[in-house]
Amino acid sequence: MSKQITIIGSGIAGMEAAAKFSEMGYSVILIEKENKMGGHVSKWHNVFPDYKPAKEIISKLKSTLTKNIKVFYETEIENVVALDGKYYLQLSNSQNIESEVVLITTGFELFNASKKEEYGFGIYENVITSANLEEKFNSGRPIKTSRDATPKRVAFIHCVGSRDEKAGNKYCSKVCCANAVKLAIETKQLLPDAEIYSFYMDLRMFDRYFEDLYFEAQSKYGIRFIRGRLSEACENPDGTIILKAEDTLSGKPLKMTVDMAVLMVGFTSSVKTIDLAAKFGISVDNDKFIKPLDNHLNLNITNQPGIFVAGACTGPKSIAETLADARSAAIQVINYLQSN
Amino acid sequence: MLKEAKKAIWKNYQKEIANDNYFYVRSCVRQNFFPGAEATFLKILKEELNKDIFEEPSHTTCTGIGYHGDLVPFDTTMTVIARQFALMTECGYENIVPSCVTSFGLYSEVLETWEHYPEQLEKTREYLKKATGREFNIPKNLAHASDIIYKFRDEIAAKAKYKLINAITGEPLKVVEHIGCHYSKMFPHKGVGGAEYPYVLVGMVESWGGEVIDYPERRHCCGFGFRQYLVQANRGFSISSSKKKFDSMEPYKPDMIITNCPGCPMFLDKWQYAIAELEGKTYGSDGMGIPVFTFEEVAGLVLGYDPWDIGLQVHQVAVEPLLDKMGIEYDPSKKYLGINGKNLGKPEMPNVLKTCC
Repeated sequence: MSKQITIIGSGIAGMEAAAKFSEMGYSVILIEKENKMGGHVSKWHNVFPDYKPAKEIISKLKSTLTKNIKVFYETEIENVVALDGKYYLQLSNSQNIESEVVLITTGFELFNASKKEEYGFGIYENVITSANLEEKFNSGRPIKTSRDATPKRVAFIHCVGSRDEKAGNKYCSKVCCANAVKLAIETKQLLPDAEIYSFYMDLRMFDRYFEDLYFEAQSKYGIRFIRGRLSEACENPDGTIILKAEDTLSGKPLKMTVDMAVLMVGFTSSVKTIDLAAKFGISVDNDKFIKPLDNHLNLNITNQPGIFVAGACTGPKSIAETLADARSAAIQVINYLQSN
Repeated sequence: MLKEAKKAIWKNYQKEIANDNYFYVRSCVRQNFFPGAEATFLKILKEELNKDIFEEPSHTTCTGIGYHGDLVPFDTTMTVIARQFALMTECGYENIVPSCVTSFGLYSEVLETWEHYPEQLEKTREYLKKATGREFNIPKNLAHASDIIYKFRDEIAAKAKYKLINAITGEPLKVVEHIGCHYSKMFPHKGVGGAEYPYVLVGMVESWGGEVIDYPERRHCCGFGFRQYLVQANRGFSISSSKKKFDSMEPYKPDMIITNCPGCPMFLDKWQYAIAELEGKTYGSDGMGIPVFTFEEVAGLVLGYDPWDIGLQVHQVAVEPLLDKMGIEYDPSKKYLGINGKNLGKPEMPNVLKTCC
């Protein structure tokens, strides 16, 4: 039971897996490129479908990391050598690690919304991303436009960088629909006099309670859902944003002025994950996420013995799915160690 | 608006533009719409910039309007364009410069097709050989004429007699820039600055002292969508497209419009007359229109060319307000005099849209 497990990435998948290894008596080295644990979730406000504060999730996960865990912050993998069934990792902090197994939980990056140039993110000040809105919620300050006005009309734009061949991402990011509905409701709660619109292609409310959230958004909060993909955003002289789309239910083009447009940015595989995959010699798929050995039976196993994966580095996942995936990976890793 | 962010996007869309030795191919329609524009381009290249630019008199249409109108099949288009390349090759040139953005877009489309489907290139070589006995090299560089002026915008600015600055107030003139759709909307990386925030005309305007207006309908079509205009029943779409742009730019009080497409200046110019006649609405000050120019004409004005020598008398919207703002000296009595002082005749004046003479 003295075996050591290395986990790369201390987002929620890395934290959950580390806790399980720790419970089972293994020692864990957790390598984190940032100066704190928690990954993206640590930046969110409340999470769907029950508005649980994200910091509560992070704090509960942290509380489970009590023993046999050593964390290297602001550290990355410089080089990997595989020899005689072991991996020798050279770290950016000049330390070297020897490990029989490595669990990669490096997560994802948010789609860079400025790549959808026609939406004007980074150019028009009142076009923001869902991540920016979470930051605004977290700040506790009133929601204001760039000109310090209370927004009277806010639009949420779904599928920004997802299901979009032009953006290079054909896949669905899975969680943005539910997140957009949650954000729309929270915005309405903070701005009760504002009109809230949601521009969507499909609403993929696939999981438990998601549909309830969607109905609540309409029946209780009066959020208006328009089935139509945004074609472009432009700026008026007063800084308000003109949105152009086709309402595909009425079959008509639509032009609307809003005070703030929120782009629901999707998941992309991180550049560092792709780089890491190359260092370990594990495969990535066409969508640039890590490719597990099998899409049904071996979701946490890679083509390299001893290298395991969990969380959003293998594709978009909700928080619940990520945590379940991390536990699943922990079992696979322990089985591997015990059988070797 | 955060202009610095635009500059970051512009950096992503830079292209190689040949420095000299150009084979020039003309537009089918520009010589009728704005007859001085291409002549002005050639004069600037030859006399101001001392460049080698050559046009072969037997070059033809690129088939663009017929191709986009579904009248000419792509095999024919590729073969016709291959013939242009054959003329270029025979004349000893490697850099091709189309005057027309539709030609530029179609040349780009053909070259991309050949790059990704080499069998199409071989087929085209065979067609051209059988039809004309000609062979061709693929151009080393394809640049639109506006790319060339963009490349040398600072050299032109250094020789400028006038600037895009209000001669009385000293303020930069407010300029609407409009690129042709086929310049970069089909292949964003083929245009300077890309498709969403194109820089090719912005660069000229900034270099020559003006200030570009970013108005909400900046990206909207000028109204020269081929199916909007060539199909007579659709012309309402054409004029409504232009009107949408004018209504959107009007609050910014633009001094002028600059374009790089054969069709855009035509429609943005002439539809101002039609809108005035139909609805009594004008968009310039005091019942005048907003003057519309090609980029070559603006370069010519900046260099101090006589407005009537570069063909500004054929514009529907009077250009004199802009000439006055720039402080350009001109003789109104010579507006309708052609070469050798021949009187071209004065056109009938519009009922609503005010003109100068």
